[in-house]
Order: sequence, then C-alpha cells, then structure tokens
Amino acid sequence: MAETARQEFMLGEGGGTGGGPQNLHVGVGPAHPAMHGIIRILTELDGEVIVNADVEIGYLHRAFEKDCEQGSWNNAIPYTDRLNYVSPLINNFGYASVVEKLLGIDVTERCKYIRVIMSEISRISDHLTCVGASAMELGAFTVFLYMIKAREFLWELIEDVTGARLTISYGRVGGVKADLPEGFAERTRKAFKDTREVLDEVHRLLTGNRIFMDRMVGVGALSREETIGYAITGPLLRAVGVAYDVRRAQPYDAYDRVEFEIPTRKDGDNYARYLVRMAEMEQSMRIVEQALAAIPGGPINVDFEGRPIDPATYVDQGKQGKTEGLLLLPITLSPNLQGQQRAALDRVNVGDKRVVLPPKETAYGSIEGLMNHFMLIMEGYGIRPPMGEAYFPVEGANGELGFYVVSDGTDRPYRVRCRPPCLPPVAALPRMIAGEMIADLVPTFGSVNMIGGELDR
Amino acid sequence: MEILAELQRRFGDAIVETHDRGDLTAIVARDAILTVLGHCRDDVALAFDVLMDLTAVDYLRYPGREDGPRYEVVYHLYSIAHNHRLRLKVRLDEDDATVPTAVALWPIANWLEREVWDMFGVRFEGHPDPRRLLMYEEFVGHPLRKDYPINRRQPLIGPAS
Repeated sequence: MAETARQEFMLGEGGGTGGGPQNLHVGVGPAHPAMHGIIRILTELDGEVIVNADVEIGYLHRAFEKDCEQGSWNNAIPYTDRLNYVSPLINNFGYASVVEKLLGIDVTERCKYIRVIMSEISRISDHLTCVGASAMELGAFTVFLYMIKAREFLWELIEDVTGARLTISYGRVGGVKADLPEGFAERTRKAFKDTREVLDEVHRLLTGNRIFMDRMVGVGALSREETIGYAITGPLLRAVGVAYDVRRAQPYDAYDRVEFEIPTRKDGDNYARYLVRMAEMEQSMRIVEQALAAIPGGPINVDFEGRPIDPATYVDQGKQGKTEGLLLLPITLSPNLQGQQRAALDRVNVGDKRVVLPPKETAYGSIEGLMNHFMLIMEGYGIRPPMGEAYFPVEGANGELGFYVVSDGTDRPYRVRCRPPCLPPVAALPRMIAGEMIADLVPTFGSVNMIGGELDR
Repeated sequence: MEILAELQRRFGDAIVETHDRGDLTAIVARDAILTVLGHCRDDVALAFDVLMDLTAVDYLRYPGREDGPRYEVVYHLYSIAHNHRLRLKVRLDEDDATVPTAVALWPIANWLEREVWDMFGVRFEGHPDPRRLLMYEEFVGHPLRKDYPINRRQPLIGPAS
C-alpha cells in the first residue's frame, strides 16, 4: 500500500503503471536561492522541458500605495526607497518629480545635475548586482565577488552623499536633502577608474566564455512584438532593438545636456540583455563624468570656517574610540548634513516656501522662518499641491518607472500609483521560459532582474 | 491637443470629457473603451503600441466627487514610433464596477487588470484569469478602496490544500 502511494507520488497523481507518461509539476520558490526576493514559479515539465509555467507574486506586498495615502507628501519618500532597493535614488527622484510636476515648480540647475549624477551611480550599482548575481547562478562566483566589490565603491559614494547605503531617503520635493560633499568629484573619478577595471575583468571572464555563452545565447528570448505587447521597457526592450529610453525620449532633469548612447541588440535573448547592461554601465559613467564637469555652483567647499570635519573621518575615529579630541573640536558641519548652512541648501533646493523647509538658522533665528517651518511640518499643513493628477516617468534601472499621483488639494496624496518597471517582464516570464529546459529558468529569471520590493510594492 | 480633437471628432459622444492639464487626458464612456483603445493602438497616426500602465482610483472621499461615479480606471498609453502619451479614463459607478477587458489588445493587461481587481474590486468582463495578483485568495475585501481601513488585520492563511 505504502509502495503504491510512493509510486503515485513519484509519477504524479493517478500515475502508477497504467497511466502512461505524464507531465510533472515542480514549484520553484517562494524561498529558493535563485529567486531573488520571494516569488513562486509553478512549472509543468515534460521531462526536462518546461511546457507551461505560472508565476505567483505578492509575497513582499507591503501596501506601499495605501501607506502613501496616510502621510504627507514628503512622508512617502522613505517608502519609495524600498521599492527598488538596489537603486533607491532613482525612485526618490521619480516620486519627487511627479509632485513637482503637480506643483508646477522647477528645481535648481545644480539639483538637476545632482539628480542625474546620483541616478546614474544607482543605475550602475543596479546593473552590477543584476549581472553579478545571474553570473553567480551560472557558476561564475568570481564575477559576483568582483561586481559586488565594484558596487561597494559606488555605495561608498552614495554613503558619502546621503549618509546611508540602502535606505537613503535623499530626494525631497523641490530638491534634495543636502549638497554633494567635499571632494566628491575626485572620489567619483577614482571609484569609476576602479569600476572600469572590474568591468574589464568581467568582460574578459564572461563575454565569449564558452560555458556562459552556452547558457545565455538563444535562451529566454522574446520577440519584439511580444516585448512591446507586454509593455516591457528598459534593458529588455533595448535587447530586442528598440532604442526607447525615457532619458532620451522625454528628457528630464539635465539629461538633455549630456551626451550618451543607447546601446541596443537585436536578439532579445539573455546574452543580448547581458551585453546591453554591460554597455549601459559605461554610458552611465560617461554621463556622470560630463555632469560632474558641467555642474554649476562652483566648488562646494567655499563657506567653511575653520576645519570642517569630514563625516566619514568622524565616524571612523568614533568607531576606534578616539572620541576625546573630537568632543573638544568646534564642529562645523559639512554641507551634506542637513539643514545647517543656508548657502548649501539654497544651491540644491528651489526657493519656494510652499515646498522646501527653511535652513535651520532661519527656522531658529527669525519668526518668519519659524512660521515657514511650522507650516510645512504640522499635520494638516505641509505641501499642498493643487487638485489634479499627474504622471511622470523616469528611466529606472529596469525600465520606465512611472508615478501617477492624484491630489485632492490637501497635504496628503489622494492616490499614489507606482508603475513598477519589473512587473511586465515577470508577467512575461512564462512566455520566455516555455519550451526551454528547467535549468534555463535560472539565467532567464536572473536577466529579468526581478526586484521584489518594486514588483509587489 | 490634436490627438484629443481627433478622438472627439471620430468618437463624438463616447468621449465624455478631455483636458490637457499636464498630460493629455480623455474620459471615455465605458461601452466605447475597447473601441477607443483599439483605435489608439492600430491607427497609424496615433500608434499607441504600449499600454504603459493600467490602474484605478477610488473617488469615494474626493472633494466634489462624493456623489459622482466612484471609480476611475486609468489607462496610460505610449507610442514608441511617435513618442507621445495619452491617458484614457473610464468612470464607473459603485454598483456596476465592471469594464471590458483589454487582454485581447495587450497581453500585459492580464496582470494589470488582475491587480486592479485585487486592489479595487473592479471587474474586468471577459478576463481569462480573474484571480487576485498581490493578495492571497482568502483575503477579504479590496485594500486600496478608500473605505478599507488601514489598520484592519486579516488572518494569514497558508496555500489552499
């Protein structure tokens, strides 16, 4: 009896000896090392070939859209960090931009350049993670370690500017939290030099590598028509030869003032997606270098008296217990700590009292500043866009990241909708893997670059 | 604006309202939405080949809209060839919140409509796979409706055996 049950389990329901060959159902995930985040793919196998698949999502649903309706407009910024948590800066700026569109305000030139620089650094770190992780899943662990090392160089830059690595909350409606720190341009150039070396090494390891090519070329392909029908954007769309990029099609911030190419490939398979991502990282670095050269506002380290403490040094010394000297130092804060220096804030924020918090010295030093601060912070006041709706797309690392907001004229968003760029490719995943081997599911899923926080919101 | 004028000329009364505040927007009668969407996709001058987004808004507590149609289903279209965008909206009454499905036009509508059904309880007539997308099947209610309390807790249930 037990033997029959075991046999039925092995051969599928109602199997036994008389049932003939039957398809086997194998569930991959929700918790599986290759399912970045949590997702469940139910596959129907005929031998090793995937006949059919169904994708189940929602395991990471955190009610992002509902939560945004509960707080003020700026309260949603930390939630947007957690959408695509590999490139949170782009989410910040996308959300801030849609509210600015609703308010009809234009951010300062310097802020636009800062947004471009930080978006591109995020894009590189996102692509590094995607390529590195999918290479690791094919056995190329070295590539993963190299790329995570390069990502570390970039995250150190991000940490310098925002004070955090992942949940950065750096964007603000009407500007950014703080100006770029001292010496940022030099450190960026150094980081890019190191990143380029890593990319070069990875190119030599992967591009043309027999094992890698065998797993990637011709696998997971989607036709141009289907890609468009599934509203897939970003690297996956460019891998089928459509040169659509929001940065070029509808330039925002300072993207119309930098030169860059849109890399495209024709084949639409995993290998084409890999090549597109690799080429895009180089373009992103080009953009950042141009933006750093063109950023207006001059050097940032002008308004300092005495010795400013570089926050990184401060933290380092504090960690080593060398606090005695630090406690005695007169602290002049660096401009990347929020709200201390009027000059630094004015450069990066619009001069609109309806939107931007006053510098701390004004809030503490004058009644107008105090009232301004009060009107933006107290519940029921704050930023109040006029009644209406707006949609604003930016180019996220995975494609078009759009925010659609509806305002009822109060200090809280009436509705915030995020168009997640990785939802369409995940919806199309069954089409990509149908007819492939079960082992091909892993690189295909890796090339989709599913980010759970953004997919499930 | 030309796009909106063209739509009005072609579809007449089926285009309830248009405006151009920031984005080109047309409010379409429900019965005509599939025809209008199909025309937008297939017409050479419009060529809206991408359904960028499909979502809904619950206007239950919106000032001035308390008595009007409760839901709006919002379609964001984009044309790769012409690089232009269009927003189409359909207004729905609370007691008859159904729209014809657009799955036949764009495959991505499948998941986006499932999400709208999940979050707002708007039905898409003719949908091939009308399951919830993000919440689990045993979940009661539609969380993005304005009358769904944010602090309601529901038991977590394992997969149906």
